[in-house]
Amino acid sequence: MEKRLETVFSEFKGSKEELIPLLQKVQEEFGYLPKEAMYKIGRFAGIPESKVYAVATFYAQFRFSPMGKNLIMVCRGTACHVRGAPRILDELETQLGIKEGGTTPDLEYSLETVACIGACGLAPCIMVNKKVEAKLTPKKVAELFGKGGKNEN
Amino acid sequence: MKTKFEDIMVKSEKEWESMQCGEKPVILVGTATCGRSAGSLETLEALRSEADKSGIDCTIIEVGCIGLCYAEPLVTIAKPGNPAVCYGGIDAEKAKELVEKYIIGNDPVPEYALGTIGQGKIADIEKIQDTSVFKPQIRRVLKKCGSIDPANVEHYIANGGYSGLKRALEMTSEEIIDNIKISGLRGRGGAGFPTWRKWQFCHDAEGDQKYLICNADEGDPGAFMNRSLLEGDPHALLEGMVIAGRAIGADTGYIYCRAEYPLALERLDLAIKQAKDLGFLGDNIMETGFTFHIKVKEGAGAFVCGEETALIASIEGERGMPRPRPPFPAVSGLWGKPTIINNVETLASVALVMQQGAQWFSQVGSEASKGTKTFALVGKVKRTGLVEVPMGITLREMIYDIGGGILNDREFKAVQTGGPSGGCIPAEKLDTPVDYDSLNAAGTIMGSGGMVVMDADNCMVDVARYFLEFTQKESCGECVPCRLGTKQMLDILNDITQGRGKPDDIDLLEEIGYAVKRTSLCGLGQTAPNPVLSTLRYFRNEYEAHINKKECPSLVCRDLISYKIDTDKCTGCRLCFKACPADAIIGEKKEPHIVDQEKCIKCGMCFEKCPPKFNAVVCIPGQLKDGE
Repeated sequence: MEKRLETVFSEFKGSKEELIPLLQKVQEEFGYLPKEAMYKIGRFAGIPESKVYAVATFYAQFRFSPMGKNLIMVCRGTACHVRGAPRILDELETQLGIKEGGTTPDLEYSLETVACIGACGLAPCIMVNKKVEAKLTPKKVAELFGKGGKNEN
Repeated sequence: MKTKFEDIMVKSEKEWESMQCGEKPVILVGTATCGRSAGSLETLEALRSEADKSGIDCTIIEVGCIGLCYAEPLVTIAKPGNPAVCYGGIDAEKAKELVEKYIIGNDPVPEYALGTIGQGKIADIEKIQDTSVFKPQIRRVLKKCGSIDPANVEHYIANGGYSGLKRALEMTSEEIIDNIKISGLRGRGGAGFPTWRKWQFCHDAEGDQKYLICNADEGDPGAFMNRSLLEGDPHALLEGMVIAGRAIGADTGYIYCRAEYPLALERLDLAIKQAKDLGFLGDNIMETGFTFHIKVKEGAGAFVCGEETALIASIEGERGMPRPRPPFPAVSGLWGKPTIINNVETLASVALVMQQGAQWFSQVGSEASKGTKTFALVGKVKRTGLVEVPMGITLREMIYDIGGGILNDREFKAVQTGGPSGGCIPAEKLDTPVDYDSLNAAGTIMGSGGMVVMDADNCMVDVARYFLEFTQKESCGECVPCRLGTKQMLDILNDITQGRGKPDDIDLLEEIGYAVKRTSLCGLGQTAPNPVLSTLRYFRNEYEAHINKKECPSLVCRDLISYKIDTDKCTGCRLCFKACPADAIIGEKKEPHIVDQEKCIKCGMCFEKCPPKFNAVVCIPGQLKDGE
């Protein structure tokens, strides 16, 4: 971890205003913000660890436990909501057997919701890793993530 | 400066001409996020491999989005000597067909065509400008989206790009601000504050260091105007920013863009590099001695950062929490220095004003709201998409002409503008003109441009609850009215939608709502009650049905609906029996079944499974007791 952190830090000057980009880069490297990294980030940027936590916990983007190999983000935007996003989330929760915010025990999938993906014209939609799946129905979700679906692991 | 700019112009025009008037067919594929979601990358791949296979020499270009989300993936083909034809719904199969029939052959395949673009006619295909989608629109800010390659700065320049910057560099700060004043441009981020006045404050503020920030965080759920612009025409924003920097006397600008827009960020990075290389950005711009740098900051996901002072705190590396104003950011903002925060569309409009002139800009629009406005027209309309209309157009024209009416010809119920800060407008107000002041009078706001259409299947109490859930979650917790008020309101709305509503809940909601509006610290809290207050104003009967009759008339709120089997129609096929996850269906094979209301979890599986030829399962408002 030490080595990987140092590589990330080498892109920064170590000033206070870099805290959020620093957290973003560390999360990009590890997939989440490991406990040890928080202390090191504070040391590097000259910020108390408590403050690093204060900022990191404020923003929705940051997570503190490892996530699955595949990240599914369910759009909860208005357009998706009026076109049935709650049922899409229900179906995903059923198919994957986890709740919103959870990760499957085999670390294959993490399920999260996001305020809006910005593909409102094709609602309801979800983002699987960086790819958007559009115009979903519970049936399509079952096809994608159910037994024998194309994303079945 | 002149010669340098002219050299670039000449080169860019040559590049553009060679593509437009060359001997080769040109194929444009829309590969913005919306296009990609619909599979346009597969379409692109198919076009490339098919062209390769047949040995046809043609130019294939990735472009942004022309706003016809409902018809993605979009492909436009221009053959030499013919107007370009825009095609909709082109998957990989249809792409191959197009290459075969129109690129190799001479059949323009009118059945896939949406319309022609440019001069000339093709039999059986309408001009796209004459179609009902485009006729009421005036595309200015979005004009280049979908017709130029956003990764090619020369396309932007050949279409008038950076000529506004050239003009601005020949002017004093005062002259630029004066031009913006004459244009009548008001902030496109929501509240509609006159752009020139904001700039004037910052220009007049004391200080040798000033900053410009572009708010590209687009936090409203249901809106994607900024994303499309950034993906389809990123240089428009950069040009506007350099002009604004010159007007207010800033040498550094920040673009605060949300991390959920990876493609927009990628396009911005490339555009910044290109602009620097050409001398439109960086030190000594166009050898005039003016210096302006742009840095991109990725937002980390906090809606409250749309508020100016919270956004500033976030850039400074803090929790994105607002602070009391005054002092306003124009006087004391980022690092305590005078700072201007403008929205993406505002800055892109600034570039247009300087390119085409203030008079030209103010020719369209209404008396107090000049120019055009982009909207994300989404929800229950037939043609969803990104549209740009002159201010003053009516909601009816937008929904029925451009949007093509309500999906499945259902009944229109409401249109929601302004995101979580806005309100819902009912059918009797459909003739409201779309401008800042008329929308305010109708109980909503212009907002950044989200326009979500709802039909009879949408429950307005549920919609209000949805927005409150959002704002309550996003409330930063700094001031009491917003932190506790939104929580109380959400609790009441949860009660109402789950069958625990009490008769005095409506009065209580209004009382808390007005208190939160009046006493919250920032715009988030001051507007958070709007979705509730506007639905109470126009759809009070729905609240009353939920509370007094324990019914959800739109059949949305699970606790206030029931599923029932029509015993005359049920043949006992057992499909619903097998599908029910709660064992709530009772009945023998080939005998009519019934629903055990005690056990039913209202998942709707029986309703979905019942074959249409029987149609025996019905969903009705209200809570059925066993035996009913």
